[in-house]
Amino acid sequence: MDIKWSEILVKGDPLILGSQIGIALTMIGALVLITYLKKWRYLWDEWITTVDHKRIGIMYIIVAVLMFFRGGIDGLMMKTQTAAPDMKFLDAQHYDEVFTTHGVIMILFMAMPALIGLMNVIIPLQIGARDVAFPQLNALSFWLTFAGAMLFNISFVVGGSPDAGWTSYFPLAGKEFTPGVGNNYYAIALQIAGAGTLMTGINFVVTILKMRTKGMTLMKMPMFTWTALLTNVLIIFAFPILTVALALMTFDRMFGTHFFTVSGGGNAMLWNNLFWLWGHPEVYIVVLPAFGMFSEIISTFARKTLYGYKSMIISIVGIAILSFVVWVHHFYTMGSGPVVNSVFSITTMLIAVPTGVKIFNWLFTMRKGRIQFTTAMLWSLAFIPTFTIGGVTGVMLAMAAADYQYHNTLFLVAHFHYVLIPGVVYAVFAGFYYWWPKMFGHALNERLGKWNFWLFNIGFNLTFMPMFFLGLKGAVRRSYTFSAESGFGPLFALSAVGSLILAAGFAVLVYNIYWSARYADRNISTDPWDARTLEWHTASPVQFYNFAQLPEVKTLDAFWHMKKKDKDALVLKEDELEEIHMPSNSGLPFIMCVIFGAAGFFMVFEWIPLAAIAAAFIFVGLLVRSFDYDEGYHVKVDDVKKIERAWRGEK
Amino acid sequence: MAKHNSSFPTGHVAGFIVSILLTFATVGAVRYTDLPFVTVMWIIGSLAVIQALLQLFMFMHLTEGEGKMQMINIIYAFFCAIVVAAGTIWVMTSGHVHY
Amino acid sequence: MAKVDTSLPLEYQTEQNRLNIFGFWIFLGAEIVLFASLFAAHGSLYNAFADGPTPKDLFILKDVMIETLLLLTSSFTCGIAIWYMRRNNLKGLLTWLIITLLLGAGFVFFEVTEFIHYVHEGATMQTSAYFSSFFVLLGTHGLHVSIGIGWAIAVIIQLVKRGLTPTTARKTFIISLYWHFLDVVWIFIFTFVYLARMV
Repeated sequence: MDIKWSEILVKGDPLILGSQIGIALTMIGALVLITYLKKWRYLWDEWITTVDHKRIGIMYIIVAVLMFFRGGIDGLMMKTQTAAPDMKFLDAQHYDEVFTTHGVIMILFMAMPALIGLMNVIIPLQIGARDVAFPQLNALSFWLTFAGAMLFNISFVVGGSPDAGWTSYFPLAGKEFTPGVGNNYYAIALQIAGAGTLMTGINFVVTILKMRTKGMTLMKMPMFTWTALLTNVLIIFAFPILTVALALMTFDRMFGTHFFTVSGGGNAMLWNNLFWLWGHPEVYIVVLPAFGMFSEIISTFARKTLYGYKSMIISIVGIAILSFVVWVHHFYTMGSGPVVNSVFSITTMLIAVPTGVKIFNWLFTMRKGRIQFTTAMLWSLAFIPTFTIGGVTGVMLAMAAADYQYHNTLFLVAHFHYVLIPGVVYAVFAGFYYWWPKMFGHALNERLGKWNFWLFNIGFNLTFMPMFFLGLKGAVRRSYTFSAESGFGPLFALSAVGSLILAAGFAVLVYNIYWSARYADRNISTDPWDARTLEWHTASPVQFYNFAQLPEVKTLDAFWHMKKKDKDALVLKEDELEEIHMPSNSGLPFIMCVIFGAAGFFMVFEWIPLAAIAAAFIFVGLLVRSFDYDEGYHVKVDDVKKIERAWRGEK
Repeated sequence: MAKHNSSFPTGHVAGFIVSILLTFATVGAVRYTDLPFVTVMWIIGSLAVIQALLQLFMFMHLTEGEGKMQMINIIYAFFCAIVVAAGTIWVMTSGHVHY
Repeated sequence: MAKVDTSLPLEYQTEQNRLNIFGFWIFLGAEIVLFASLFAAHGSLYNAFADGPTPKDLFILKDVMIETLLLLTSSFTCGIAIWYMRRNNLKGLLTWLIITLLLGAGFVFFEVTEFIHYVHEGATMQTSAYFSSFFVLLGTHGLHVSIGIGWAIAVIIQLVKRGLTPTTARKTFIISLYWHFLDVVWIFIFTFVYLARMV
């Protein structure tokens, strides 16, 4: 397929032209600013070549916040278009592109990076380790995610965005019905980002299983670490399925194969099947770390040990196993018949049970606790009833026969937003408010936090609750408009108003980040919440080697135990200090990002010879890594003493 | 499990010979019997699994290093593999889907 | 890194080595699911011949057996190479590793000629959904083998340059795991892709 040079830049739409100019100006502006401030060296040494899990985590979080903004604008555009019947704000083609990019960005480039970012920052600290098992691979993971995100994001100005939904069903997603490069972006950008995520999965499973500090048996791990472990297990076994599905899509679109295209005997449903075999574990990949974060936060701010530790673990293991046997519930209506549908109805209803157990455990944790209504806790409290609404509507959808009525209506859309937003987004925000002091040495402002919380929470419910009723009345998803006769008008309008409040809530968060960076008090405790787990037994922000001496753990809630019953464990024994071995920085992960980005771009435009040359450089990069025998460096004891005295002196 | 430093690689040679035998047994079941298709598939499928396990233990030293965790990992991988492969085929050949 | 345990084989002696080997086993778990997905696609398109050639027309048992025996033997010789490594015998290790790669290259050569034969008979990956899935499944496996050969050459260069150290021993052990794994996958290809069609 020949893509003409003249067609590369998307033309003809003032909004898109504005964006193209805006993006170009911002990029030039950023380059000029960094040069003017003479920060290139700093950026390269401290961030671009870092292999430090804490820095990598922060970079993931920055990407997530930026992507939340982009995905949110997509959402607002959809709400604007559907605010009244027959609106002409977005035509059907653009509306399709907007809901496609909204979905892909929110799940794969917002939720995943935010959670992986928080896991990156916190997990090694929670297990008393100095970094992850494979620090350079960790950096590569981030940079591949970044390459995928950037590639996906330029689609709307260069070549055209994908427009077949975030699920990209065939035959619409195939070459016959969607020629052009839009869906190529989907296949290639997600493939690159997915590779990075798979590497993260391997990294964290090895880290958690093999690098826990002395005394921390599996049954003494914090709950966030447990959920991170199972999440990364799910990543390892689910993402290869996506790799194959996207590869087969690439072959069908670019090399004339017939996996999903009916001519030649292909089967479009095979795509659905493979996509959801990945897609369902994916939603548990995003929700499990969220559950872990809520466990930490609820326990800290109720000032009680988490209730039912063992049943929590059994629940998350159960969720991890069951998540692989429910996938057909996403396409009950495609014709697998009553036997298949019934089996999957049962497994789907079953998977609600362990989550129910967890909800009760959180409630019992709070019972007879002394609750502190910090912003992080408010998010956790709001999560419980709102997520439950999402959960029980999920059980409604689980019944295959009933699903024939709900499928692909706004009822479904409301359901998944009610599990994804309270489940994942509230957790991410709670995690931000909770761990911000540890990451940056200052806290997010609590007053602004409460405005953020209330606006977002009220806005969210106002946006999505009407959609349950719209769906029951017959409003379908992915439809760019509706008629006045349908009677959908008032509820759609209410939902649109809700989305403005929701957006205001997010704006307050962004303002809070800015305000706190400028004005917040830097002279705060390293343990501002009087918390329970090891990550709080460090400086704020954390010293680069994490722990001068690897802590020894005797119980669950190890840090709490040290503070209350074993204060001697908190004291640094300077004469026992040894040199600390640290890995060296590396520019290779970033270079691989550029290579993958270039190869991906060439693939998107089907310039195969160029793509092959760029792909050859990938192998060169791998060989460079293979021949790299750098063993890192050692931090001298005197330097460690200086750093330790500085932060402990504050105590 | 043989010592990691045995004087003759008996484990490997045994594994190799049995693998060859299993391979020829598979060909035999397919080419030289008159059993129904489904029966043959179960036989050669089982032979394949046996040979795979044999090679995992005899060639790949599955039990060394983090043996226990490695085994759990492989078991879970096989569980997922069966769900993916058998599940897909079941879903795709049921009901109206299958043409 | 510290914590050297000299009672273990060389490749397991350092903590970082143990992490790397364990990490690679986990990666193999992911690869199992990757190949399972390709098998799933192939299995569900089992009769999508689109009026084109069928496998029964084209598969030649003799050629498939040659490929199988080449790859199986190469897995065996790879095991022998590691056996020599554990006896600290660099020369034995290199000899048997090179034999392994030659057998592997032989496998790739026969597979390529097999594909060319099919193409001449009118079966390309564009011919039908069945052959799309056949070529992608087999091609993925063959690509893994080819990449493995390149990777092993890189390791051999490092062994020649640096001798047998804990690090080079670990790298060798990991490529051997990869190589064995590819033969394990082939067992299933041999059984379910080829032989299942010859009943």
